[in-house]
Amino acid sequence: MTDVLEARPGSPAPQVDADSEVIARARRPGALRRFRRRPVALAALAVLALLVVAAALGGRVWRYHYADITPDLSVSPSWSHPMGTDGVGHDMLARVLRGTQRSLLVGIVVAVVSTAFGAAVGAIAGYCRGLVDAVLMRFTDMVLTVPGIAILAVLAGWGGAKGNWLAISLVVAALSWMGIARVVRGVVLVLREQQFVEAARAVGAGPGRIVASHILPHAAGPIIVKATFSVGAAILAESGLSYLGLGISPPDTSLGLLIAIGEPAASTRPWLFYVPGLMIALIVLSVNLVGDALRDAFDPTDEGAIHARAARSRRLSERAQRTSAKSA
Amino acid sequence: MGAFILRRLAVSVPLLLATSLLVFGLVTVAGDPLTDLRSQDDVAPEVIEARRHALNLDEPVVVRYWTWLSGVVRGDFGVSLGGREVRSLLWERLQVTLRMVLAATLLALLAGVALGVVGAVRQNSVFDRVSRVLMYLLLAMPAFWVAGLLKSYLAIRLNRLLGHQVVFTVGEADPNLTGPLFERLANYGGHLLLPTIALVLGPIAVWSRYLRASMLQVLSADYLRAARAKGLPESAVVLRHALRNALVPLTTLVALHFGHLLAGAVIVERVFSWQGMGQLLVSGVTTGDANVVMAWLLVTSASVIVCNLLADLAYSWLDPRVHI
Repeated sequence: MTDVLEARPGSPAPQVDADSEVIARARRPGALRRFRRRPVALAALAVLALLVVAAALGGRVWRYHYADITPDLSVSPSWSHPMGTDGVGHDMLARVLRGTQRSLLVGIVVAVVSTAFGAAVGAIAGYCRGLVDAVLMRFTDMVLTVPGIAILAVLAGWGGAKGNWLAISLVVAALSWMGIARVVRGVVLVLREQQFVEAARAVGAGPGRIVASHILPHAAGPIIVKATFSVGAAILAESGLSYLGLGISPPDTSLGLLIAIGEPAASTRPWLFYVPGLMIALIVLSVNLVGDALRDAFDPTDEGAIHARAARSRRLSERAQRTSAKSA
Repeated sequence: MGAFILRRLAVSVPLLLATSLLVFGLVTVAGDPLTDLRSQDDVAPEVIEARRHALNLDEPVVVRYWTWLSGVVRGDFGVSLGGREVRSLLWERLQVTLRMVLAATLLALLAGVALGVVGAVRQNSVFDRVSRVLMYLLLAMPAFWVAGLLKSYLAIRLNRLLGHQVVFTVGEADPNLTGPLFERLANYGGHLLLPTIALVLGPIAVWSRYLRASMLQVLSADYLRAARAKGLPESAVVLRHALRNALVPLTTLVALHFGHLLAGAVIVERVFSWQGMGQLLVSGVTTGDANVVMAWLLVTSASVIVCNLLADLAYSWLDPRVHI
């Protein structure tokens, strides 16, 4: 889904000929300032920060543990159980906190691992060119066309990996590095011919150093944007796997698993079904909003920013008209 | 054109082979079809050994892959662990899933294009804003959760409103369905409605966003001003001149997403208890049934390849400058 969110007709998957544009975009200054001007993105970031804190500390602060079995069976939300309890007596708030923690962990690990791996593959392919490039890129294409869910399901069902959140994250990461590899390869292909790279080589820097500290920083923008979107995509993927019974499994819990358990009770005990789903939606929505704002911040020529600017100038001209009408 | 199609299909053969080898290796490493047998105490080791031999599990993976591959070339997909011929099993399930996925593709295309066009033509109108926010929300919600909501709220309310059960939430049709053609079609339709909606929400969100952006780009092009200047009615300008060009990039995306739809069907089938390809995959994976998983993979990959081919053909039809 990451590619989906970023896909824009104006900016096709960066290839060699579109690369100078990628680079120009990546290094445009003032990205942080532009990001800060978007109230929606700031709000999303605040929500995310709140969720991270709740996921990290909530389990310790809240009076119930996610595995605790309370004597209250299937009670609706109340003061002692703000999100109710399930049929076994688990406190839903404790379980949702745990699930949120698991989802965020999966999202972050997938983003970090897939970004690092994708950047490495792309950098090696772009720097070495020739046969290495051809082999790596055909492999990337192959992974792109393989129906991911088959591999996900097979790997996630792997005996030892079953139910382990880290193993699930690695499996999801193994299927989400391709976009970053392509972007990074494009950037490296163009930049390796630049004079500053030649200069670095002349003073004796090795290929690893040249790529890591001279070339990759120029691709920071697109890489950060892609990594952000991959957090949301990974969280959705994990919840789907857990729903199918191939992801995180009891006694541990995740939001997808909670939905699967709560689904049969959706109309009789709606809190079991609503809350985890809303939680996933909230997390993914916030992540996507932040990703959108980051993309616009790194690339101010993009649609969203243009709209914002157009709306602002329209408001200004309307105000000018009103004042002139008043004075007349 | 015939040469182009043949060339494209020829190129995809090595890709299919590599993918199938990869997945075959993964399935055999990851799943053990004998887990059930082993976990029972009273099964003699000889029995397990005999089963192992019967399933060819005592041969090296490469040999088993070769056996599978040479079978597939002859049109034989092997036998499932349950003892059924995979080919007939697959054929039965494929019809069920294709019904849902094709209906979903069609619906998503219609709705996505309509929303995208209206959103672009009436840019920043109330409709545009609302639909954009809605699409944003849809992209953040897990499909199976939305499906559950539809099932437990929309379906029940609607049926109560209409007085009798029109919308069904379980299965792909009533078992042993008989009666006049119209009644049977209505029954199929009632079963198809909710799963299709659940499956299309994601693609509609993505495709309409994409088409809207691509329409906005085309709408500001010079040749549209030319079209208006020569006095064409606005509908012709938008539909024949703008939309046709804006559709070109969308076709690529749609072809790419056909695989996503098949993957989405795996989850939607679970929600609505359809006995389709997706359930076949999940059960195959959980029992370590290599033949079943491989059959799913083969059909899915092949349909993705065919869709990409169709997209390329559509490309040249939409844009006469593209020669293939």
